[in-house]
Amino acid sequence: MKLRSSFKSRDNWRAVILWLIPIAFLLVFYVYPLSSIFRASFARSEDEFYSPIINVISSISTWRIIGFTFWQASLSTLLTLIIGLPGAYLFARYDFRGKTLIRALTVIPFVLPTLVVAAAFNSLLGPGGWLNIIFMELLNLSSPPIQFVNSLFAILVAHVFYNITIVLRMVGDFWSHIDPRMTQAAQVLGANRSQSLLKVTLPIIMPAIITAALLVFIFNFTSFGVILVLGGPRFATLEVEIYYQTIGLFNLPTAAVLSVIQLICTLLLTVAYTRLSAQLNRPISLRPQKYTQSKLKSWKNRLFAAVMVLIILFILLTPLLALVSRSFIRTTPDIDQVSTLQSKLTLDFYRELSINRRDSLFYSPPSTAIIVSLSYAVLTVLLALFLGLPAAWVLTMEKQSLFNQILDPLIMLPLGTSAVTLGLGFIIALSKPPLDLRASLLLIPIAHTLVAFPFVIRSLTPSLRSINPRIRDAAKMLGASNFEVAKRIDLPIVGRAMLVAATFAFAISLGEFGATALISRPEYPTIPIMIYRFISQPGSLNYGQAMALSTILMLTIAISVLAIDRFRIADIGEF
Amino acid sequence: MRKIVYRTTKFFIPLTIIIISSACSSFPLPDATSETGTEKQATLTIMTHDSFAVSEDIVKSFEEENAIEVKFIKSGDTGTAVNKAILSKGNPIADVFFGVDNTFLSRALDEDIFLSYESPILNDIDDSFKLDPSNRAVPVDYGDVCLNYDKNFFLENKLEPPSTLEDLLAPEYRELLVVENPATSSPGLAFLFTTIANFGEENYLEFWKGLMDNEVLIVNDWEAAYYTEFSGSAGKGPRPIVVSYSSSPAFELIYAEQPIENPPTAAVVTDNTCFRQIEFVGILDGTNNESTARKWVDYMLSPDFQEDMPLQMFVFPVNSEAVLDDSFINYLNSPEATADISPAEIAQNRESWIIEWTETVLR
Repeated sequence: MKLRSSFKSRDNWRAVILWLIPIAFLLVFYVYPLSSIFRASFARSEDEFYSPIINVISSISTWRIIGFTFWQASLSTLLTLIIGLPGAYLFARYDFRGKTLIRALTVIPFVLPTLVVAAAFNSLLGPGGWLNIIFMELLNLSSPPIQFVNSLFAILVAHVFYNITIVLRMVGDFWSHIDPRMTQAAQVLGANRSQSLLKVTLPIIMPAIITAALLVFIFNFTSFGVILVLGGPRFATLEVEIYYQTIGLFNLPTAAVLSVIQLICTLLLTVAYTRLSAQLNRPISLRPQKYTQSKLKSWKNRLFAAVMVLIILFILLTPLLALVSRSFIRTTPDIDQVSTLQSKLTLDFYRELSINRRDSLFYSPPSTAIIVSLSYAVLTVLLALFLGLPAAWVLTMEKQSLFNQILDPLIMLPLGTSAVTLGLGFIIALSKPPLDLRASLLLIPIAHTLVAFPFVIRSLTPSLRSINPRIRDAAKMLGASNFEVAKRIDLPIVGRAMLVAATFAFAISLGEFGATALISRPEYPTIPIMIYRFISQPGSLNYGQAMALSTILMLTIAISVLAIDRFRIADIGEF
Repeated sequence: MRKIVYRTTKFFIPLTIIIISSACSSFPLPDATSETGTEKQATLTIMTHDSFAVSEDIVKSFEEENAIEVKFIKSGDTGTAVNKAILSKGNPIADVFFGVDNTFLSRALDEDIFLSYESPILNDIDDSFKLDPSNRAVPVDYGDVCLNYDKNFFLENKLEPPSTLEDLLAPEYRELLVVENPATSSPGLAFLFTTIANFGEENYLEFWKGLMDNEVLIVNDWEAAYYTEFSGSAGKGPRPIVVSYSSSPAFELIYAEQPIENPPTAAVVTDNTCFRQIEFVGILDGTNNESTARKWVDYMLSPDFQEDMPLQMFVFPVNSEAVLDDSFINYLNSPEATADISPAEIAQNRESWIIEWTETVLR
């Protein structure tokens, strides 16, 4: 009895020590800037400090905005799951040609700036888009039948487009290590397909599903660019309202109250999530992919695979292709007015990227932007893994520790924090002597890590929790040290999950725009910043160059993801 | 019992963490500005918005003349940049701020973030640009927010482009106009001011109701309006009239895919249909570099810098001594009389107008 309690407290101490670095990071770069901006905002309130709180809470429009934020986030998440889960099953259970490539392609939307995605959807579904033109021709209509821009439909489609990769990767990877013999056993014992799916497979993969759902939900919940650009002025999420209050009206107290509301919602969500996942997680035996995946043999399998691949490709690839094609095609006819396709094909936009026509001080060739973007992304991956690994490990190992129970939901908060608010917090908190980072380039990977870090933890915990503690005990019994256990048992099992985590950290950094624009040094532009530079000026050459750079960004992420997938830290072995 | 203790700690620990960390803002951490390092050369830092652009040799020659390095920090759009300058008041992250315009000017002046500086070159600048009598904000350039239209559309449909705001209510202009949301876009706000100048505070919302009846499309930002909805530029959207700048047609010409003789778009520059945006520079209170900062302000007002701006940012110089490049003048129409609305009115009503407009038009 006595022995056990001393054991417990030693475990608690180990938890504290492992938490030390991630906590210190969050305190300095998250809690401190955020509390500074909140203090500064509330200090600006003209009446008592609590009056903005009362004003916001008693306003009907606040509740309408909160309601809409939840509504669109729930719908988007549900849709993403409905389309993503069959895809995850396909990627988890079957091995077919082109799978690696298709999987890599699914990450591309995740990094694209909203303005570019809006342009892509528009060339498909917009008033002058292909689909509308086809319908108008076919049905002899005088006006476009599909009203896409400024609609809830546009918001939902864009959210699925952005986030489906989260479901495909997180659920797919977890699923791919589940022993199919369990389902087979159930079927041998008389369960039909749907019974074995509902009663055996689903409970096992549930932790991964709810994790993916949580992340997708939080992304949709704090959605900003999609709502602003595709949803139009009639739709406002909390994040959009915070921006409006901050920039349009300079009403910082109200903005701060709304930020706090957004944080509380995120916290409640993650608390619910941690409760739920504590009940759902159970140790299971994982198997290497080569034993869990099969070739597509029957025609039923093939048909399913073909339909799923087509759906995924249709949702993801058609907008992307529209963008790519736009970067090679001129819109203005030649002076001699011959508009054959051949005369319209051009590499001008790419060539133009390397010319500094106006001798501008801020001109950078695309190679610079690629290098800058990749450097930030690699730094973000390293930093996020360095902070996330020990935290995720201790979260699963010392489940009962008080420290963990408190921290588990809290570490998700940076993901649900208003970027507008936190950006201003960075400015006032991190430019004073104790921590004078001002325009330091380090701020960018740090800001990216704040978003990537919760992602890393959430990608790792489901796999870590699935490790049967008996395997560890057995190893220890046989004389392995803690370090050896971590190296020989934990690392191989979470190897794949780490790659998923690294991929997302990388993609988050590569596509991030808001934080980067807030603290940008014009000599070191990232690709999204350069895209924005072009698209914010009139002129078809500028527009074409924005499309060309978007194509370059897509290639960069696709190649990077394929490269990350090549890493084999270690796959699960046979035990 | 244990459970209760546990519950309360669960709540209080994060709270204490937040309180402690906000309390010890003076926690001694090693100085992390590895970047500036040991100052070999003095630096002048200029904070600006993300549309700022300048020629390389213009900045070089200032750097050489004053033996100083000029560093730029771009801080988002104009509103975001101004907010950041205000929040870092007293301990600014830069020495000079460029780019606050007359729609945001009152915000910056109310917060008193600039030091007053009466540049000798102000004599060459028309008084109509000097909106701050105490010269804390010094005018640098201006541009006009005007309706732009797709020339081809009006030619093909044998329609006259609009020449007054009232025209936009006519049935033949139904579904033709796209404008930006004044709450989120600076040309959108400029257009709102234009309507207020034309119809007065009592009637402008009536005009907007008329626009709504005539199926105006409102989007949140200039990029979506110009490239997604407007038919005259590369995006080939459905609407032939957009709120943009009087310089946009010049952009279309200079940044055409292939050399063209005439831009595909034109700006409406009839009386009172455009809003003049004036951009200002100011020395940030709290700088350690006030004397060099003054030199930079002088430099921005000097003909060298002023003549560089048009082709970099497509704005007009305020210095009457500056000579404009031919390629710029030839394709540019400038309004003779812009919307008449005083800076004091804007300062007073900016927020309430935005709120009124949002409630009437969007809700």
